[in-house]
Amino acid sequence: MTKVGICLAAAFGFGLLASSANAGELMAKPELLASNCFNCHGYNGASAGVIDELDSLPARRIVSKLNDFKDGKKPSTIMGRIAKGYNDAEIEALAKYFGSMGNK
Amino acid sequence: MFKTNRRDFLRMAGAAGASAAALPLIGCGEKPKVVVIGGGFGGATAAKYVKWFDPSIDVTMIEPNKQFTTCPFSNLYLGGIRSFDSITHNYEAMANKHGVNVVHDMVTAIDAEKKMVMTKSGGKISYDRLIVSPGIDFRYELTPGYDAEAAEMVPHAWKAGPQTKLLRAQLEAMPDGGVFVMAPPPNPFRCPPGPYERASMVAHYLKTQKPKSKLLILDAKDKFSKFGLFREGWEKHYSDIIEWVPASKDGKVREVDAKNKVAITEFEKHKADVLNFIPAQKAGMIAHQAGLTDQTGWCPVNFQTWESTIHKGIHVIGDAAIATKMPKSGNAANTQAKVCAAAVVDMIKGKTPGTPTTSNTCYSLITPDYGISVTAVYRQTDKGYMGVAGAGGLSPMGEGPKFRALEAKYARGWYANIANDIWG
Repeated sequence: MTKVGICLAAAFGFGLLASSANAGELMAKPELLASNCFNCHGYNGASAGVIDELDSLPARRIVSKLNDFKDGKKPSTIMGRIAKGYNDAEIEALAKYFGSMGNK
Repeated sequence: MFKTNRRDFLRMAGAAGASAAALPLIGCGEKPKVVVIGGGFGGATAAKYVKWFDPSIDVTMIEPNKQFTTCPFSNLYLGGIRSFDSITHNYEAMANKHGVNVVHDMVTAIDAEKKMVMTKSGGKISYDRLIVSPGIDFRYELTPGYDAEAAEMVPHAWKAGPQTKLLRAQLEAMPDGGVFVMAPPPNPFRCPPGPYERASMVAHYLKTQKPKSKLLILDAKDKFSKFGLFREGWEKHYSDIIEWVPASKDGKVREVDAKNKVAITEFEKHKADVLNFIPAQKAGMIAHQAGLTDQTGWCPVNFQTWESTIHKGIHVIGDAAIATKMPKSGNAANTQAKVCAAAVVDMIKGKTPGTPTTSNTCYSLITPDYGISVTAVYRQTDKGYMGVAGAGGLSPMGEGPKFRALEAKYARGWYANIANDIWG
């Protein structure tokens, strides 16, 4: 199969999944998205220090913080650059994931 | 204190996703088997995260060494601001806490047809899916006078461990007023900003311990990662120490006289007190033996699953893979491993993996309190992994000491957390 063929097949597969199952499957699953934050913020969001932990933040705080980083309302060294790469659906999914870990 | 674990979250998020699974590929009664080759940033992450995504899968990780010293932060050790122990990790948590079968052995062959891995000690380990994270090997054939034997006199220190200690020992033995010559490799290579962070850390050591000494960088390239930021930092801190010679000004080292520590360019011979030659690179040896590489010497993969486009059932991640815009870095290997682990779990269950969003964050230190970074968020496209437009990028130029100190602090925070994410 050609490269284009594989991509078309993948897109078709997603279409089927989206209609028959879970729209969330269109993007990476929430736990995969979240695991991408662990390399800086700590395994399961529990930081060893220096960088903020994510496992104790309520969902709405995560949404507002990420959007503030994105808009530059909250100054940062690097999070502004990173937050700009995530869309609203991804930010919601991340907030729901970390928010459900409970407050310490 | 109440904490929800990942599985509870999945339950709460709704059973729809789980029940959407197609028929599993594996028969009843037998646990699906995933084998991982390599215990570095890619392999150790993949092994741990296949278990994290699905604890019912049987995961075996094969790695020859009982301890792993990271290339990231090895430059801080060279600069004398970090201990060797602090950059060395083991696999105890992997085996005891996360349920991975850790096998200390060397893989000698892969049989893609029989789905089996052969080891040096005579082991034969079968798999349903194999993840290969072999790192890099060196293209010694490109530079006359430089091979594995020469590396014992002229260390590359581009695989952390004894080579790193050897380079540090040579640096410590160097007389004040001596010349440290380093030769960064041509593209593509492991850790694009790495040679220049190394130059910075060596310069820090020279400035504080041997201030009459010089550092000469003979480069195979005309430009490098974080180019403006490194040059700004060098100008500020090491203008009397570092001299950088680009390829266009006869910087490319064409031959090495290891015994006499001489780097030979087209027109000159540079005699060094310490010579750090970093050779051109290719995917790790097992990738070549298993036929996973193409004419570039690296491994082509499907970007959604990291499955080899040459051998089905075998996934390749980390430095060895061709990852389009993602750099060859420990952090990239870590995030690729997570995408790959999730895809492997989905494929074993007969599900279609989602489209991954992933990222890379890379810090470099110029002084102990002067950090710089580059970051990107990547999405899989039909052209491979591409950075999201408008996101990512470099630390700003011209920032003051407060900003640089914060990034140096976050660099250390990153190291502590990524090390724990992988080996903790």
